Amino acid sequence: MMRAKKLTNRSLAMLVAVVLSIVLSACHGSQGMAAFEVPEQWDTSKTYQITFWAKNDTNKTQTKIYEKAIADFEKLYPNVKVKMRLYTDYGKIYNDVITNISTNTTPNVCITYPDHIATYMTGTNTVVPLDTLFADERYGLGGSELAFDGPTQDEIIPEFLSECVLADQHYAIPYMRSTEICYVNKTYVEKLGFTLPDVLTWDFIWEVSEAALAKNADGTFVVNGQKVLIPFIDKSTDNMMIQMLKQRGAGYSTDDGQIEIFNDDTREILQTIGEHSKSDAFSTFKISGYPANFLNAGQCIFAIDSSAGATWMGTDAPLVDIAPDKLVQFETAVRMVPQYDPADPKMISQGPSICIFNKQDPQEVLASWLFAQYLLTNDVQNAYAQTEGYAPVTSKAQESAEYQDYLARAGEDTSEHYAVKIDATRVLLDNAENTFVTPVFNGSASLRDASGQLIEDVAKSVRRKQTINDAYLDDLFDDVLSLYHLDQMGGVGAAGGKELGPLPRASKILIGALIVAWIGIAAVAIRDELERRKS
Amino acid sequence: MQTRRTFLATLAGASAFALAACGGGSNDAAESTAAPAAAAGDGTDAKGEGVMTYDEYMAAAVDDEVVIECFVQATQSWWEDKITIYAADADGAYFIYNAACSEEDAAKLVEGQKIKVTGYKAEWSGEIEVAEGATIEFEDDSTFVAEAVDVTDLLGTEDLINHQNQKVAFKGLTVEPSTDPDGKEVTFLYNWDGSGAEGDDLYFNVSKDGEVYSFTVESYLTGVDSDVYTAVRELKVGDVVDLEGFLYWYEGANPHITSVTVE
Repeated sequence: MMRAKKLTNRSLAMLVAVVLSIVLSACHGSQGMAAFEVPEQWDTSKTYQITFWAKNDTNKTQTKIYEKAIADFEKLYPNVKVKMRLYTDYGKIYNDVITNISTNTTPNVCITYPDHIATYMTGTNTVVPLDTLFADERYGLGGSELAFDGPTQDEIIPEFLSECVLADQHYAIPYMRSTEICYVNKTYVEKLGFTLPDVLTWDFIWEVSEAALAKNADGTFVVNGQKVLIPFIDKSTDNMMIQMLKQRGAGYSTDDGQIEIFNDDTREILQTIGEHSKSDAFSTFKISGYPANFLNAGQCIFAIDSSAGATWMGTDAPLVDIAPDKLVQFETAVRMVPQYDPADPKMISQGPSICIFNKQDPQEVLASWLFAQYLLTNDVQNAYAQTEGYAPVTSKAQESAEYQDYLARAGEDTSEHYAVKIDATRVLLDNAENTFVTPVFNGSASLRDASGQLIEDVAKSVRRKQTINDAYLDDLFDDVLSLYHLDQMGGVGAAGGKELGPLPRASKILIGALIVAWIGIAAVAIRDELERRKS
Repeated sequence: MQTRRTFLATLAGASAFALAACGGGSNDAAESTAAPAAAAGDGTDAKGEGVMTYDEYMAAAVDDEVVIECFVQATQSWWEDKITIYAADADGAYFIYNAACSEEDAAKLVEGQKIKVTGYKAEWSGEIEVAEGATIEFEDDSTFVAEAVDVTDLLGTEDLINHQNQKVAFKGLTVEPSTDPDGKEVTFLYNWDGSGAEGDDLYFNVSKDGEVYSFTVESYLTGVDSDVYTAVRELKVGDVVDLEGFLYWYEGANPHITSVTVE
C-alpha cells in the first residue's frame, strides 16, 4: 500500500546522517587520493604496468580476444604492460574491488556494472571521472595523439554512454551491451494451436504455458511426450521484476535512491507469478536450473535469458550442456521479452562497462585510459560482440563493413553465424531506443537483488503449499527490506517509512559534541572580529 | 556450461576469500576440517522422532519439507551465513545446498559431525538436494565417516545415479588429454572450456574401457592450496589413477574429486 511520508524520527535521522556524512567525508577526503588531472604529455620514457580485471562468460573465445587486444595494445604502446585477471562473474569482481579499495590495490582498469561503480565511488577519488579525458584533444576520444583509430564521443551509442553517468559525470565507458531475450520453442507453440506473435505479451506467455500443462493418461505431457515440462523459465528474476515494473510504469526507485519497489503493482505481479508457479507453468533458474538445458531438451517453451547466452539456446546451439540423446529437434524463435503494451515495448539494457581506478601517478591513469579506450576500437568491439548476442557500443563498429557482413550472414552456419545469436543481437540493435536502465546509487545493486528475491520467494513458497495473500506479501516485503538493508538507504517510498525510534545515545553525544564545537568556533570567530574592530 | 552452477557460488568464493583474508583463515573449508572429536560410529543410529530415514527422504517429492539426520563428510566454503554440505549416513548421502549457518557454526561442521537438517527437497539439473536456506542443529551422540564406495564398474551405466552424492572411488582410470583454447592438448583445464585461471575449478578427462569421462576439482570444496588441486595439475596424459570424491550431479555425473593417487 502506498503511504504518504511523514516527518518522523527516520527523517530526522536521515537529515543528521547527511550532515554528518558531509562533515566526516570532508575529514576523510583530506586523507584520500588527489583528484586525477590529465598530464601535459604522455610519458614514454617510463614503463607502466597496469592491471585489467576482465569478465568473460566462461567463454574461451572471449578470453582470447582480451589476450589479443592486450598484445595489440602493447605493440602500440611498448612502455605499457597490461596484466589481466580473469573472472566469470561480475559479483566476484565487485567483491574483490571492494576488498582492494581499502588497501589501495584496486585494478587500473576494470570491467564492471554502473551499479557497482556507485559503491566504489564511496571512496574518495577512487574512480576516475572521465569527462575531462573524453574531451582531451590529444588523448581523449578520437584524440590526435592516439596510436589507434578509436571512436569519437559522438560515435558511442548515446543511450549506452548515458548509462555510465553517475552524479552528473561519466565514470565509465560502455564495453558491450546485451538485453534479455525470450527464446521460444515455436514448434511447440504451434503444436498447442497458437500463433507466435512478433511481440509477445505476458498474457500470451501465461496462456500458452498453462495450455502446455495438459497431460496424457500415462502422466506425460501431451506437447512433448515427456514426464518433465516447465513451460516458462526465467534465468534472471531481478531483470524480470525490473522490466515488468518499468512496462507498467510502476515504481522501482528514484534517481536519488528512494526505494519504491514495495508497491501495489509489485503485489499484483507477484500474485500472478504465484498463480503460475502453483500450476507449475513457471519456474526460475535458481529453483530448477538453466533455461537453456530445459529448452534444448524440449522441456521448456519460453526460456528468458540474456542475449549474451544465445549460443546455448536451441537445437543447433554451438554450446550445449545436456547429453546428445536428450536434445530435441524444434524451431527456435527469438523475441524481445514479453510486454504489457506491445505498442510501447520496454527492455532492459545491460552488459559490461569499463571503469578506471585512480592512482597516485597520473601517467599510470593515463595509460589505463588509453587501454580502456583501445577496447572500443572496431577490432575489439566487433570480435567480442560476435562471441555472443552482444551489440557493439559504438556506431563506428556497428556500421563497419565487417560487422554488417557478420549480421547479413545469419544462419550460414551454427557457429560464428548461428542464427539465434545474431537474431538476439538484432533485437537489441533494433530497439536501442526502447531500452532502459535502472537508477544507479550506492545500494542500487542490493535493490536489484531484492527485486529478484521477491519472485524467487513467491515461486518457492507456492511450491511449498503456502498461500500468497496480502499478509504473506506484507511479511515478504518486510523480510526483503531488512535482508537487503533497503531500510538503510535513501528512503522507502512505500510500505516502508518505518520509524527508527529515538536516536542512539552515542549519536546524541556526537551531535552534541559537534554543536558545542561549532558554538566554540563561532564564539572564537566573533571574539577575534570584535578585537580586530577594537584595534 | 558444466560449471555454470558455480555462477551462483562465485560470490561465495569472493566473500570467503575476503573474509579469510581478514580473518587469516583459509577458504578451503574441506581442508580445514579436523578429525572427528569422538570415535567414529557406523552411521546406523536410530533416527530421532520426526526424522526421515534415507529411503523416506528419497521417496519425498520435490518441494516437500524434509527433516534428516546425517553426518558431515565435507563442506564447501562458508560465505554470508551460508554453507554447502556433503553429508551421509549408513544408507546413503545428501547434498545440502547453502544451508543457513553462522561462521561460528561453520567451524563446527567437521568431518563426522552429526547434524539434523530441516528444509525442503529440491532437484537442480538432476542433483537431488536439500534446498537453499535449510536450518542445521548439531547433535553430538555419535560420529560417522563414510567409506568411499567403488563405483568404477558403474561408470557410464544407469545405475551410477543410485550413488548420487556418496563418497565414491574410481580405480585404474587413465588420464586423457583435454584441449585448451589454443587447440593444444593438456591434462586439465581451468573451467570446463579452459576460459578460467588458477583458482577456478579444474576439469580433467579420464577413461575406462575406451570411454572418456570428465571429472572436476570443485574449487570451493578443494581450493588451490589443496593436495588434490596440486595433484591434478601435475597429472600427465597416460597416468593411471585412483580417484575419490563426491558423486555430484549436473545433467549427468559430475564427480567432485577430493583425492588422486597415481598408480
